[in-house]
Amino acid sequence: MTPEPILQVKNVTKAFGGIQALNGVSFDVYEGEILGIIGPNGSGKTTVVNCITGFIRKTAGEVFFRGKDISRKPPHKIADMGITRTFQIMRPYYTLPAYKNLVIPLFSPRAKRTGGWRGGGNLGDRKTVGIDILEEIGFERDSFVPYKLASSLPTGYLKRLELARCLALKPDIIFCDEIFSGLSMSEISSMVPLIERLQMDGITLVMIEHRLRELFRVANRVMVLNFGEKLMEGTAAAVMADEAVKKAYFGSENIEELVGDVNG
Amino acid sequence: MKPGQQRQERIDRGIRIRSDGLYALMSWRELSYLTLPRLALIAGMLILPLVMPGMYWQRVVSIACIYALLALSFDFLAHFVGLVCLGGAFFVGTGGYLAAILNTSFGLSPVMTIPLATVLGAALCTLLLLPCLPLRGVYFAIVSLMYPLFAMRVIEALNILGGTDGILGIDSFSNRWVEQYAVIGATLLFLFGTRRLVNMDIGLVLRGVKDNDQAIRASGMNITRYKMLAVFIASAMGCMSGAFLVHIYMWSGISQFALDFSILPIAATVIGGSGTLAGAVIGCLILVPISELLRDFGTLRIVFYAAILMGFIVFRSEGLLVYGQRKYHQFERWTTRL
Repeated sequence: MTPEPILQVKNVTKAFGGIQALNGVSFDVYEGEILGIIGPNGSGKTTVVNCITGFIRKTAGEVFFRGKDISRKPPHKIADMGITRTFQIMRPYYTLPAYKNLVIPLFSPRAKRTGGWRGGGNLGDRKTVGIDILEEIGFERDSFVPYKLASSLPTGYLKRLELARCLALKPDIIFCDEIFSGLSMSEISSMVPLIERLQMDGITLVMIEHRLRELFRVANRVMVLNFGEKLMEGTAAAVMADEAVKKAYFGSENIEELVGDVNG
Repeated sequence: MKPGQQRQERIDRGIRIRSDGLYALMSWRELSYLTLPRLALIAGMLILPLVMPGMYWQRVVSIACIYALLALSFDFLAHFVGLVCLGGAFFVGTGGYLAAILNTSFGLSPVMTIPLATVLGAALCTLLLLPCLPLRGVYFAIVSLMYPLFAMRVIEALNILGGTDGILGIDSFSNRWVEQYAVIGATLLFLFGTRRLVNMDIGLVLRGVKDNDQAIRASGMNITRYKMLAVFIASAMGCMSGAFLVHIYMWSGISQFALDFSILPIAATVIGGSGTLAGAVIGCLILVPISELLRDFGTLRIVFYAAILMGFIVFRSEGLLVYGQRKYHQFERWTTRL
């Protein structure tokens, strides 16, 4: 692992009125790794992503990308630097066909500069490049699927479309917000190799997940959040063995005790 | 067979599929399927002034085209960028007063004042609307409605720009045919220009702003920049219509900020078919002459006018052009439900 982290998150704090959603969360992301973020519902996983990518304003704390402070930058500037994200609730352009959904990110200044994921950008016809990207991410090229309206696509394809929108920018980091949730087992089993291939392409991934089994298969490191605070950070095996993590997920230190109470 | 066991299904005509893309160039039949409706509109609008019975009706055609520019501007902003702008009157007023000032104070001819008022007015309107651009939906609609009211009261209260009398003595066009065909030409130009724009890559970005502005930001693009560009284009159309109006009436006054210029284009867009652009133009070519024909009824005019509008909206809410396009591209047949 390289000693210099690509992304440094320092003491990020976010309060929604009186609710402390995040309380001094710090972590590093290293180039080329897959970092998993897990935690019970409401523990602040999505809020972390929103704070880093600039979609909500932090109450306190700093974020450094390759040593540069990006704490106060607007979301489009952060995306322009190469930090992209998917949305937990998919946000395609519903009135456009799938391949035209990709024309839009390919039109962005970053795609023009970098040429997009596999070339293209302002060089080629953006519609063709859009279909190329969709094919690589699992849309069958010669079928009708890339030409269908985004509003008529099933969840599995919409999740891939979210990822494709990030890839069109040729990103350095992708934050995947629950990319496995709502998918069938067979859809997940084709998604996992895709994630691994993105890592081989040199893209750093930060994955927020509830599907722990699939996450632990791909993640190099896992961070656990609970009530807006970082509980622990380590390998998948270490996280699974940790007592504090069990307590956060099951709500009691001693599960047998809780079950015994219920049984009277 | 019991009723309810049958349903109507719509199927694309074969010629529509055949004339999709480059293959349309293969035969005259497919080529004319694509071009005839467009050519019919262009030819119809060019012939219109020649078949009008007199100068009065020729003037009505000009006014209809002026409203058509406004309706285009509304349709473009509302259905392709997601900004429901009720400030059409503000564009008309800005363009109108600018053309009036350029003509009376600087002595420029209409050939110069109209393009200048279009560009300067659009820049001014975009600048003034800039603080409202982060707003969406009904909030933008309400704020944009305030702009013409605000401008009207400012001119009245401060007694500037001629106050309630307005600016008089503005040059008219050199002859009525120039006036007529300048307005029609501008309408056709902007109609086909905006249609082209919304299908270009940058137009897709604008449509993306309407669908989902957060995803645009996540793609590294500044939404405000694209909204500014769209407002500039739309207000250019509005300002141009205002500049035409003052040269036709040879007078510029606070009635150019009247709400008619905001509301009638919206009604025309609904009747013609929202989101089709050409529908907005056709809607104006229907509504403005109807409003003139109903003058014979005196004060009952508004009653009949409102009744016609309500009838259209209740019974043909999709809009004339959407209905027409459906009939042109598809056929319908009854099938048995299995």
